Amino acid sequence: MNSQEKSKSKQKKASIGRQYLIVSYLFVGIFLSLIGYIVYFNVYKRDDFLNSPYNKRAASYQEEVIRGSICAADGTVLARTDVDEAGNETRVYPYNQLFAHAVGYSTSGGGGLESTESITLLTSHANPLEQVQNGFQNEKNTGDNLITTFNVNLQQAAYDAFGDNKGAVIVMKPSTGEVLVDLSKPDFDPNTISANWDTLSSDNENSPLLNRSLQGLYPPGSTFKIITSLAYLRQNLTLDGFQFNCTGELEGGGYTIHCYASTAHGDEDYTTAFANSCNSAFAQIGLSLDKASFATVADSLSFNKKIALELPSSASRFDLNAQTADALVMQTAIGQGDTLMTPMHLAMIAGAVANDGIAMTPKFMNSVTNYTGTVVKEESNQVYGQMMSAQEAAQIKELMKAVVASGTGSALNDLGVTIAGKTGSAEFSSNPDNTHSWFVGFSDTGSPDDIVVCVLAENAGAGSATAVPIARSIFASYFSAE
Amino acid sequence: MLNVIVEFSKYFLLFLMALFTLESFLVLNKKNEEARRSLMLKQIIVMIIFTFAAYFIMFLQSQDNQMIKMYLCNMGYILIVQVLYRLIYRKASLVLLNNMCMLLSIGFIMLSRLNFVKAYKQFLIVAASTIVSFLVPVIIRKVKLVRDLTWTYAVLGIILLLVVFVMAQLSGGAKLSISIGGVTFQFSEFVKITLVFYMAGMLQEDTSFRRVAITSVVAAVHVGILVLSTDLGTALVYFVAYVVVIYVATHKLRYPLAGLTAMSGASVAAYYLFHHVKQRVDIWKDPFSDYEYSGYQIVQALFGICAGGWFGTGLYKGSPNTIPLADKDFTFAAICEEFGGVFSICLILLCMSTFLLIVNIAMKLGKPFYRLIAMGLGAEYAFQVFLTIGGTTKFIPMTGITLPLVSYGGSSVMCTILMLSIIQGLYVLREDEDEELEAERRKKAKQKAKRAKQAKQPMRTDVRKPVSGQTGQQDTDELTRKIEEQTKKSLHW
Repeated sequence: MNSQEKSKSKQKKASIGRQYLIVSYLFVGIFLSLIGYIVYFNVYKRDDFLNSPYNKRAASYQEEVIRGSICAADGTVLARTDVDEAGNETRVYPYNQLFAHAVGYSTSGGGGLESTESITLLTSHANPLEQVQNGFQNEKNTGDNLITTFNVNLQQAAYDAFGDNKGAVIVMKPSTGEVLVDLSKPDFDPNTISANWDTLSSDNENSPLLNRSLQGLYPPGSTFKIITSLAYLRQNLTLDGFQFNCTGELEGGGYTIHCYASTAHGDEDYTTAFANSCNSAFAQIGLSLDKASFATVADSLSFNKKIALELPSSASRFDLNAQTADALVMQTAIGQGDTLMTPMHLAMIAGAVANDGIAMTPKFMNSVTNYTGTVVKEESNQVYGQMMSAQEAAQIKELMKAVVASGTGSALNDLGVTIAGKTGSAEFSSNPDNTHSWFVGFSDTGSPDDIVVCVLAENAGAGSATAVPIARSIFASYFSAE
Repeated sequence: MLNVIVEFSKYFLLFLMALFTLESFLVLNKKNEEARRSLMLKQIIVMIIFTFAAYFIMFLQSQDNQMIKMYLCNMGYILIVQVLYRLIYRKASLVLLNNMCMLLSIGFIMLSRLNFVKAYKQFLIVAASTIVSFLVPVIIRKVKLVRDLTWTYAVLGIILLLVVFVMAQLSGGAKLSISIGGVTFQFSEFVKITLVFYMAGMLQEDTSFRRVAITSVVAAVHVGILVLSTDLGTALVYFVAYVVVIYVATHKLRYPLAGLTAMSGASVAAYYLFHHVKQRVDIWKDPFSDYEYSGYQIVQALFGICAGGWFGTGLYKGSPNTIPLADKDFTFAAICEEFGGVFSICLILLCMSTFLLIVNIAMKLGKPFYRLIAMGLGAEYAFQVFLTIGGTTKFIPMTGITLPLVSYGGSSVMCTILMLSIIQGLYVLREDEDEELEAERRKKAKQKAKRAKQAKQPMRTDVRKPVSGQTGQQDTDELTRKIEEQTKKSLHW
C-alpha cells in the first residue's frame, strides 16, 4: 500500500469519526441543557412552587421547624408562634382581626400570607452550627420571619373609618407597589378561627373569609370612566373640543341612561363631564368609541387576565365586541353592564395614572429575615407594565384632580395635599337605588411617598357619601403621621 | 440524633455519587490500562459503600427487616455480576458495567424506599434479565445469521406493535402492554432493539437513496403505530434512533435535517389532530390550569423536586409517596426530593457518561452493522433519559416514559440490560479484533524484518492494516473467521 492510499484511508476513518463526534456533541448538549434547566428551576422557580397554595408538603416541615413571625414594615409583630414549657405551639395574632385577610391564618386550610408563604415561615436560615446543635438535642429550629409592607397605623385608621360597612380598602405606593393597607370586611379573629370555623365557612351571606380587596368582583360604576377616558384619548388623541349638553338622561338603542339622581348638568366640556361624573355624557362618549379599540384598551389594562400576586386574586372582567348592542355599550362606558373589577385592580390602574403610566406589581413583602433579623432575601420592586403613556397619564390625572377640586370628590380638597380621584356609585341589582360606594384616588405631591387609595363599600350609597369620607380619614392619617 | 445522622448521610451519599460520576469520566481519559483498572476498582468500592450507607439509613428509619433483604439482594447482584463478567467476559467494558450497576442500585434504593414488593419484583426481573443477557454476546458473535435477518426484525417489530395497538383498541383503553401468563410485556420496549437491528441491517453496506427511503418508510410505520397507540415517548425515541442511524450510516446531513423537518411538521399536526398530544402540551404550558386532573401528576412531581432543593430532604424525610407514579415515570422527581438537585445532576452526568461510553465503543467497532447498532441503541438510551428527566422537571412536555435502569418497570429494565449486553458483546468482539490485528501485525513485521534483513533494505514499521473500508471482501471474510476462532478461545465456558 503506498502512502497516498494510506492517507486516504486515514482521512476516511477520520470522517467516519466526525459523524460520531457530532452526534455525541449534540447529545452532550442535550444533557447539559437538562442540567442547566435544573439549576435554573432551583434558583428561580423553586419558591413559586414551594409556596403554591396547592403544595401540601408544609405539614412535614412543621415537625422540624417552629413557624416564623410575620411583621409589619416597621417590624411590629402581626403573627408569632408562642411555645410553652411543654413544647406546645400556639399561633398568636396580636392585632386580632385587623389583618385577618392579609396576614391570614395557618390552620383550617390556611389563608393570606400565612398560607402562601407557609414554606418560607417553616424554613430556617438560622446559624448552621446552631441548627446542627438543635439536631443533636432533638430541638426544633426557628423559622424565618416575613417582613411585610403593611403599615399598622394606616390599616387601623382604615379599619376604624370603615366602621360596620362591608367592603374593602387597598392603599399602596404607586411608585413601588408596596401595599400599605389591605382591608376586607366583614372579618374574623384568626386567633379563634379553628373554634369558629364552621360558622365562618358556612356564612354565605357575608362571606367573612373572602378577601374582598383582591378576590371580590364588583361593578366599577363611575370609577370606570377613567378607563373610558383612556379609550377616548387613544381614539381622539385630545380631550379638547368635547362639548355636551346634559339634560339628565340620554336615550340610545331603545335604552335610557340617567345621570345620578337624574341631575341635568347642562353644558359641559370633558373635564366638567368627568368631574360631575355625568353618565349621559359618558354614554355618548361610549357610543362614539370604536368597540374593538375599546376592548383593546381594556385588554392593555389587564382585564380578563389573572394578575399573579403573592396572595390569591380574581381577574377583572370586561366584555365588548363589534356585535355589542348600543344599550350595553352605553352601560359599559359608565362602568355598569358586564364589567366587574377587584378593588386591587382599580388601585393598580389609578396607580399607573399617578406613576407616569407605569403600573407597579402590588407587593406584600419587603424581605425575609432569619429569626435573629439577618436578611435572607430582599424583595425587589417589580414593574407590572406600562399601562398608558406618560402623556395619557398626565391628561387623566388632570381630570381626576378636577374631581377633587370642584366635583364629586370635593370633600378631599381641604387636606393641604393635592388629591386626584374619582368616585363611583355602582348599581349592582335591579333596584337603581342600591349602589356600591367607590372611591379611587391618589395624593399628588410629587414625592415617592405618594399613596393611591381605593375604597369600596358595599351597598353604601353614592361614592361621595361613604367611600370619600373613608378615603379622607386614610389620607389625613397618612399625611399627619408623615 | 437520628435526624443528624440522616442529615449527615445525605451529604455523604452525595459525595460518593459525585466521586463515582467523576471517576466514570476520568476512566474515559485514561489510556493506561493499569490506571483504568485501579479507577474501576475504586468505583466498585464507592458503589459498595454507597449502597450500604443508603440501606443502613433506610433501615434505621423504617426498622423494617425487608430493608436488609433488599440490601443483600442489591449487594449480591453487584458482586455476582462483577465476578461473572470478570470470569466470562473479561474483555467487556467494565466501566459501562459499573455505570449499569450504579444506576440499578440507585433504582433499587429508591424503590425500596417507596415500595418493597415492587423493589423485590424489580430485583427478580433484573436478575433474570442479567442471566439472559450473558447469552447475548455469544449469540451476536457466533450466529452470523444475525446480520442477515434484516426484514425479519422489521416484520417482527411491526407485528408486535400492531398486536398491542389492536388489543388496546378492542379493550377500548389506551393500554401499552400485554399480559401473558401473568407477566406484563411492553412490546414497544423490545421493538426498540429490533428496529435498530433492522436499520443497521438495511444500511450496513448500501446507503443509496432508495435504500434510505425504504428504511425511512418502515421506521415511519413503527413510529406511526406508536403515536396512534398514544405512546408518544417511545415514538420519539424510535425517531431519534432513526435520525442518528441514518446520519451515521450515510454521512449526509440532509437526511437528518429532512427527518427533523418532517418531524416538526408531524408534531404540529399531531398537536391539532390528537387530543392527548394537545393536552400534554397544554399542561406543560400551565400545569395549574387543570390542576385537579391532567396537571396533577406533573405539579406533584415539581413539588417534590422543590421540596428537595439542592441537597435533598434526606432518605425518608420527604414525601415522594405523594408523587403519582414516583416509582416509574416520575422516579427522577422522587430522587430529586430525597437525594437533592446536586445528586440528580450527578445522575444526569452518569447517564451522559454511559452514553459517551457507548459512542466510544461504537467508534472502535469495525463492521458498519455493529457500529450502527451501538450508535442506534446509544441514541435511544440517551434520548429516553432526556425525555423522562425533561418531562419530569417540566423542561419539555411529559411523554410518559421511564428512566432506563432506575425506574420500576419490567420490560424497560429488561430491555435496557439487553441493550447494554449487546453493546458489551460488540465491545468484546472489538477487543478480539484488535488482538487479531495485533497478532497479524506482529507476524507481518517479523516477516518484513526477515525480508528486510535478507534484502538489506530499510525497514517499514507502520504496517497496521486499516480496520475496514479498503480491505477487500476476501480479507473481511478471513478476518471474520479468525475473529470467530479467537472468540471461542476467549470464552471461558
